[in-house]
Amino acid sequence: MLKIMKYTLSDLLRSRWGLLYLGFFLLLTLSLLWLSGDVSKVVISLMNVVLILCPLIAVMFGVMYFYNSREFTELLLAQPIRRSDIFWGQYLGLALSLSISLLLGVGLPFLLYGLFGSTEIWNFFVLITTGVFLSFIFSGLAFYIALRNDNRIRGFGLAILVWLFFAVIYDGIFLLSLILLRDYPLEYYSMVATMFNPIDLSRILILLKLDISALMGYTGAVFRKFLGTGLGTALAFTALLLWVVLPAWSIRRLALRKDF
Amino acid sequence: MTLRVSILLLLLGWAFAGAAATIEVCAGCKVKTITEAIQQATAGDIVLIKSGFYAEGNIVVDKPLTLRGEGYPVLDGRMTEEALTITADSVTVEGLKIQNSGHNQLKDLAAIRVQRRKDYIIRNNILFNSFFGIYLEYAGAGIVEGNTIIGKAESEMNAGNAIHAWYVNNLTVRNNHLSGHRDGIYFEFVSDSHIHDNRSTGNVRYGLHFMFSNDDAYYCNIFDQNGAGVAVMFSKRITMTDNLFEHNWGRAAYGLLLKEITDADILRNHFTDNTLGIMLEGAARIRYENNVFKSNGWALQISGGCEDNHFTRNNFLNNALDLVVNGRANNNSFDGNYWSEYNGYDLDRNGNGDVPHRPVKLYSYILTQAPEAIVLLRSFFIDLLNFSEKISPALTPDNVLDNRPLMQPVS
Repeated sequence: MLKIMKYTLSDLLRSRWGLLYLGFFLLLTLSLLWLSGDVSKVVISLMNVVLILCPLIAVMFGVMYFYNSREFTELLLAQPIRRSDIFWGQYLGLALSLSISLLLGVGLPFLLYGLFGSTEIWNFFVLITTGVFLSFIFSGLAFYIALRNDNRIRGFGLAILVWLFFAVIYDGIFLLSLILLRDYPLEYYSMVATMFNPIDLSRILILLKLDISALMGYTGAVFRKFLGTGLGTALAFTALLLWVVLPAWSIRRLALRKDF
Repeated sequence: MTLRVSILLLLLGWAFAGAAATIEVCAGCKVKTITEAIQQATAGDIVLIKSGFYAEGNIVVDKPLTLRGEGYPVLDGRMTEEALTITADSVTVEGLKIQNSGHNQLKDLAAIRVQRRKDYIIRNNILFNSFFGIYLEYAGAGIVEGNTIIGKAESEMNAGNAIHAWYVNNLTVRNNHLSGHRDGIYFEFVSDSHIHDNRSTGNVRYGLHFMFSNDDAYYCNIFDQNGAGVAVMFSKRITMTDNLFEHNWGRAAYGLLLKEITDADILRNHFTDNTLGIMLEGAARIRYENNVFKSNGWALQISGGCEDNHFTRNNFLNNALDLVVNGRANNNSFDGNYWSEYNGYDLDRNGNGDVPHRPVKLYSYILTQAPEAIVLLRSFFIDLLNFSEKISPALTPDNVLDNRPLMQPVS
């Protein structure tokens, strides 16, 4: 598994798309830091980019990579290697390469800017961690979709739909339900509802570190009380971890049964 | 003739006595208790209290005296009694440390009480663990300055105010440090009074609280980390300038609450890191100029019945939401402010944006309907909603806008 992962990783890191992704983050972070000069504001601006872009790139790139390396995968399948090793290796390689691009692309400019001297280091840390989690979650989902669908068009369509669902549609339905059910106490409902969407969960985690004053009022107090504590944060990260494990496990199950 | 001479002599005698008579109180002195010293003293005398521990129960000051502490002598109320009750005009109390005065809901016990008298000066005292700190009732002109009043309040129900004024006029409260009480300063039926350079912090309810008080001014104060900064209720003609409202946050926290007040001026204040900068309910004829609203959750929330509120030359910087308006805009105006969210242009370079700014977002409207929607703050979906609403307003009030938003922040 490690060998396949390493191969995938080096293949992707040297590929044009991988470099482009890295370059984009480098350029964006550098220019944001250079223009605003305020580390905490840059973290907020980056938050939106990371929350939208990381899942999108991960899911699209994952599907693309799977379809493109199909011949190589078939070759590997002919060898005496365990199936789960092949697919997990590829999946981990992909997710790691995306994470490394994110880490370097966002991390290097911040380091240059003197991150360790500033008080924003924890905010930055949460931003990067959630970004890495999102990369893992959505590349896992991408692999699952690609494994299920041999039809490329269908696969790409589904991938985009999944991203759209978590990034936009879910929030829309969530908001609608909040308005429709507004006569009931909704604090706990909304807390549970965010757990079911990794993007929402990441956003709340970052916001609690940044925008506390706004969230603290009214409903936010419940969130803060829960997620602001060590236990709550641990639980939120556990939920994110579950979001990583679930697709990975499904990949294995599907890979074992699939007829190539 | 003889009458005049005798009056003159009497006055001279008073003046002489006033200048000379200093009664020292200490454990080793001739006079050992403060009560005894007050009994011996004549009007105008100075009672000099040396450092030491005095637990004499309730001390009544019924003559115009100066009570002066040296090295902060401790007056202890033993948790049952009021330490000092002032029932004479022209009493000065300074340099005392008063602690553990009684807690009593029925009698509203205080560390220092002034009853129906004027020209008092309460200066540079330290009051610790009192129920009410300084309680002024039916009092005339006086000064409360340089005191440090620290309480141990935990809930609104079981706490008194640090400085409590009830039916007072021409009062000056300055340079005090107030914390750990229900309200830092409480004014009820207080008129023509000034509050300045105080710091009110960590109080359970309000940093400063006005009820039915007219023609007062507060300026250059700091209100931070209170349940809520300042509440001005049922009052008229209050001037609020150069204050700092900071870190007042929590479920129902705001920097400044205006409830049923009219004809006020709110100028050059800073509102930073509050859950809600200013909350308006039934506020009318108020001018807001040169204030700075920075990093608040909501900068302004305007509820029903607010008329003639005019906002100009204020800075709205990086608030999660600048303005929430319940109901219609009435005739409040928001022209000529700087909004950090404004993204219009200024082609004629006159410093004012050419496109009106709409400070009310669709999201803030949704929040008034379903407050739980706060969990979607800064999400992509909300950004989309706000954007589409901005292009064609359907739900947000269309007459709440800044017709000439500033391009640069007001310095």
